[in-house]
Amino acid sequence: MLRVSPRRMTGIVFNIMRFTVNDGPGIRTTVFLKGCPLHCLWCHNPEAISPQPELFIRADLCIRCGACLEACPHAAVRREDDMFVTAREVCRRCGCCVEACWSGARELVGREMTTEEVLEEVSRDTVFYDESRGGVTFSGGEPLLQHEFLASVLQGCRDRGIHTAVDTSGYAAPTVLDAVAEVADLFLYDFKLFDEERHRRFTGVSNRLILENLRRLTARKSSVIVRVPLIPGINDDDENIRAIGEFVASLGGISEIDVLPYHETGLAKYGRLGRVYALREVARPSPTRVEEVAALLCEYVATVGG
Amino acid sequence: MTDRIRKLREQSLSAIPHLSPERAILVTESSKAVGLLSAAMRRALTFRTIMERKAICINDGELIVGERGPAPKATYTYPELCCHSMEDLELLHGREKISFQVDDETCRIYRDTIVPYWTGRTIRDRIFVEMTEEWKACYRAGIFTEFMEQRAPGHTALDDKIYRKGMLDFKADIQSRLGALDYHNDPEAFEKKEELDAMAVCADAIVTLAHRHADRALELAAQEPDAVRRAELHEIARACRKVPAHAPETFWEALQAYWFIHLGVITELNPWDAFNPGRLDQHLHPFYAKGLADGSLTREAAKELLECFWIKFDNQPAPPKVGVTAAESSTYTDFANINVGGLRPDGSDGVNDVTYLVLEVIDEMRLTQPSSNVQLSRKSPGQVLGAACRIIRKGWGQPSIFNADTIVEELLRQGKTAEDARSGGASGCVETGAFGKESYILTGYFNLPKVLEVTLHNGVDPRTGARIGLTTGDPAVFSSFAEMMDAFRRQIEHFVDIKVRGNNVIERLYADYMPAPFLSILIDDCIAKGKDYNNGGARYNTNYVQGVGIGTITDSLTAVRYHVFDHQTMTLADLREVLGADFVGHERIRQALVNKTPKYGNDDDYADELMREVFDSYYCAVDGRKNTKGGQYHINFLPTTCHVYFGSMTGATPDGRRSGTPLSEGISPVQGADRKGPTAVLRSAGKMDHVRTGGALLNQKFTPQLLEGEKGIENLAHLVRSYFALGGHHIQFNVVTAGTLRKAQAHPEQYRGLIVRVAGYSDYFCDLSKTLQDEIIARTEHQ
Repeated sequence: MLRVSPRRMTGIVFNIMRFTVNDGPGIRTTVFLKGCPLHCLWCHNPEAISPQPELFIRADLCIRCGACLEACPHAAVRREDDMFVTAREVCRRCGCCVEACWSGARELVGREMTTEEVLEEVSRDTVFYDESRGGVTFSGGEPLLQHEFLASVLQGCRDRGIHTAVDTSGYAAPTVLDAVAEVADLFLYDFKLFDEERHRRFTGVSNRLILENLRRLTARKSSVIVRVPLIPGINDDDENIRAIGEFVASLGGISEIDVLPYHETGLAKYGRLGRVYALREVARPSPTRVEEVAALLCEYVATVGG
Repeated sequence: MTDRIRKLREQSLSAIPHLSPERAILVTESSKAVGLLSAAMRRALTFRTIMERKAICINDGELIVGERGPAPKATYTYPELCCHSMEDLELLHGREKISFQVDDETCRIYRDTIVPYWTGRTIRDRIFVEMTEEWKACYRAGIFTEFMEQRAPGHTALDDKIYRKGMLDFKADIQSRLGALDYHNDPEAFEKKEELDAMAVCADAIVTLAHRHADRALELAAQEPDAVRRAELHEIARACRKVPAHAPETFWEALQAYWFIHLGVITELNPWDAFNPGRLDQHLHPFYAKGLADGSLTREAAKELLECFWIKFDNQPAPPKVGVTAAESSTYTDFANINVGGLRPDGSDGVNDVTYLVLEVIDEMRLTQPSSNVQLSRKSPGQVLGAACRIIRKGWGQPSIFNADTIVEELLRQGKTAEDARSGGASGCVETGAFGKESYILTGYFNLPKVLEVTLHNGVDPRTGARIGLTTGDPAVFSSFAEMMDAFRRQIEHFVDIKVRGNNVIERLYADYMPAPFLSILIDDCIAKGKDYNNGGARYNTNYVQGVGIGTITDSLTAVRYHVFDHQTMTLADLREVLGADFVGHERIRQALVNKTPKYGNDDDYADELMREVFDSYYCAVDGRKNTKGGQYHINFLPTTCHVYFGSMTGATPDGRRSGTPLSEGISPVQGADRKGPTAVLRSAGKMDHVRTGGALLNQKFTPQLLEGEKGIENLAHLVRSYFALGGHHIQFNVVTAGTLRKAQAHPEQYRGLIVRVAGYSDYFCDLSKTLQDEIIARTEHQ
């Protein structure tokens, strides 16, 4: 594979979260890379979809001081009654208002980081990874979208003896996946819907490439845990769950499927981005339903977690 | 839990703390005795009077007997140290939290006898006479507190000696020491004789107390219709006749022996942290194993005895405190802290079957007293950590977890032998000590943020306008942050000077007027040296000064460095003005200080490096100073509830904290300032050199959801092990949501049983002051 000097390699990272305990084994740090080719209706990281930095505004923290209005060089901020409103079509995401904001209500989501910077940050919790057999997980967005950067950070982790996992939708060119699989220790592979038409309807893309890539990964004996987000009314029907189970079982080599029940914690972020959330009506799946789904999947794999 | 324990536990929980004048009366009477008596003998005779005449209480159904007062939660006073005034009694009776009922008869006795006799004659009176004006100014300003103004030096735990020797054996040691005194060459020979004679009187007196319990048990047996209970009472009588006169031979006798000794220590004086059996699992294991082997004991019987023992602790509230001392330690908890696990003196793993039994007892009893902790070393099995985590997850803050390996290192650094270090542990909240061999006295809390406040005002306390510090220059004209730190360092040294000078006087007052001959029997090498515990008799004599507000001071200095010197977003004069106004009209600046400034607790070296600098400044000012007992001063970091009191005495601080609100707690980050999760907090806290302390307290707050399932237990265990790999001394968790705590605040009647971790101890949430409740709610919640 192409090897680029890590120092010159940069990527757009929108969050580095420490002490994540649901993104692979042990105590982990999750690096969120920006940009995603899918548009899942239930997306709980809407700020991750665009590959560019975006402006987050937390109205609850705003102290109405107007520093943003004074600071904006593009006249994108205006006063409306007691509030300060940003015209997002005018905003150029230059970050001047963020710099000026006293209360931290404004945040530029996504910043360019070098491989070295990411490695420095994720290495800080090495003692926790060592103790818990944890490591670093790369998520997004779709981390494969920035595959060269991803591969260079993965290589850096490997050099430092840090276990890595890639949390992916599987929607990427097979060659890209191959290159990343060379340097990743584990894939957390999202499997949302088996039916191609439904997949297209709810995520915006076909799942053919995704299924093919999953086959490809198992063929090359990569470690894979399949993860099924459970969205009531969208993919939680027995038919879909069984189809997923059958497909996974047919591949051989995958022993674990995790069920991730839908939750609304990402909802607030739509407001901060000035967007509307399409799935307002959907509630969390009941514990009973989660159990039932887990039981169904148990017929196909050794371990069902989540 | 057996029916017996359920009943006894319920009785203890429902008993209302009240004052008993019994001790005050007996002490007053015996103090009037005239004669040419040494202070030690005077104290010994007072002790004997109490042991001979106090009311004997054996509660229905209990197996381990003995109350300090005449009944559970009947709490003694210690008028020779601090005589409560009539106003104090009224306050104790009427105050909303941590109240003590005072009946009319007690009031009458106090008014007619106790107050008139003791006014002007107490240690407390004498302390305030002997302290300098500058000491008093600092005390009033909230720079430091003074532990010994209402309670005696104690702060110690016991080792294994009472399980090998009875009081008669100790008396033999005393006799042999008396016989060996060299009146020709040892100028202190006579003083030693007086002290040893006093110890012998105390040894007899505690045996008298035990025999009186035996007599009472037999009386009760004679009236007892139930044959089973009658047999128990005979067994109680037999045990009390035997221990502590002789060494115990059974599990039951071992617990009863300790309990009489505990009662002796907390009756002789009101030592801080009560008293503490130390490594209970190791002490009891030989009796447990022997009992199981010869069929005289079952696991269930041992557990029930331990639970009876637990209830005895809960029956003894901390003696009633008033004033600043009540503010710094506002709780009924008396800080007896049971240690399990750790290492054996030979360095091998100390965990045994009794360790797990004790953990089960902690879990079932769910009492705030005694406190409990697990000493976790690299050698401790994962099973013991898992068992502890399963209890911790239930959310009421016990047992806490200590890094046994770091504690050994701390003790070695202070000059203990390897064996003494390994048989040491933690007592009180998190204080390190060599059990059975050390007097490690907490002398008072030290308000680090207040010192910065005074530094910013060139030696003046802006709250009162009084000049209490050095003239270190107007910081507004400082050209570098280094100058600022230098001024801060000099002010710390100045205040530590004043504090140490005071303690070196107070220490002599206790040595000369309040010896503790009974406690001296128990701590090596008081008998061998013929010296009192309060006069350097112990093998090791340590004084601690407890730093408070490390999070607040770090963030405050960081803000000054970041905004005034490195980025020049504001001048120091402006900052001082904003603080003076308590941010009123300057919310923008407060927001910048809160949100746009590096903070301790985020694994950010910009802030964490300053934490280390503050640590070094404080360490250099305190560590290694000599006390009057042949030992040294060291530092530790714990607040009890003093971060609330100190906060109330400290104006707005440069970290954005408003005037009068609590400081940060222990070595935890400022409430809400840590935003990068628990691993970042542990990394920040791990940058402190814990080995150079005698204990640093870290509390973390988790939501119950985070710790669900087996994975939750594993995560918790991994965090603990990792923090200890970083060198951390202690960690404890609150597992509760802010939502639950808010509900408890609004509807206390529905949450009477809710126990939370405060600092180095747990307490009933509803017993905490509103400010402290708010402070706990504001702590960062990891989810």
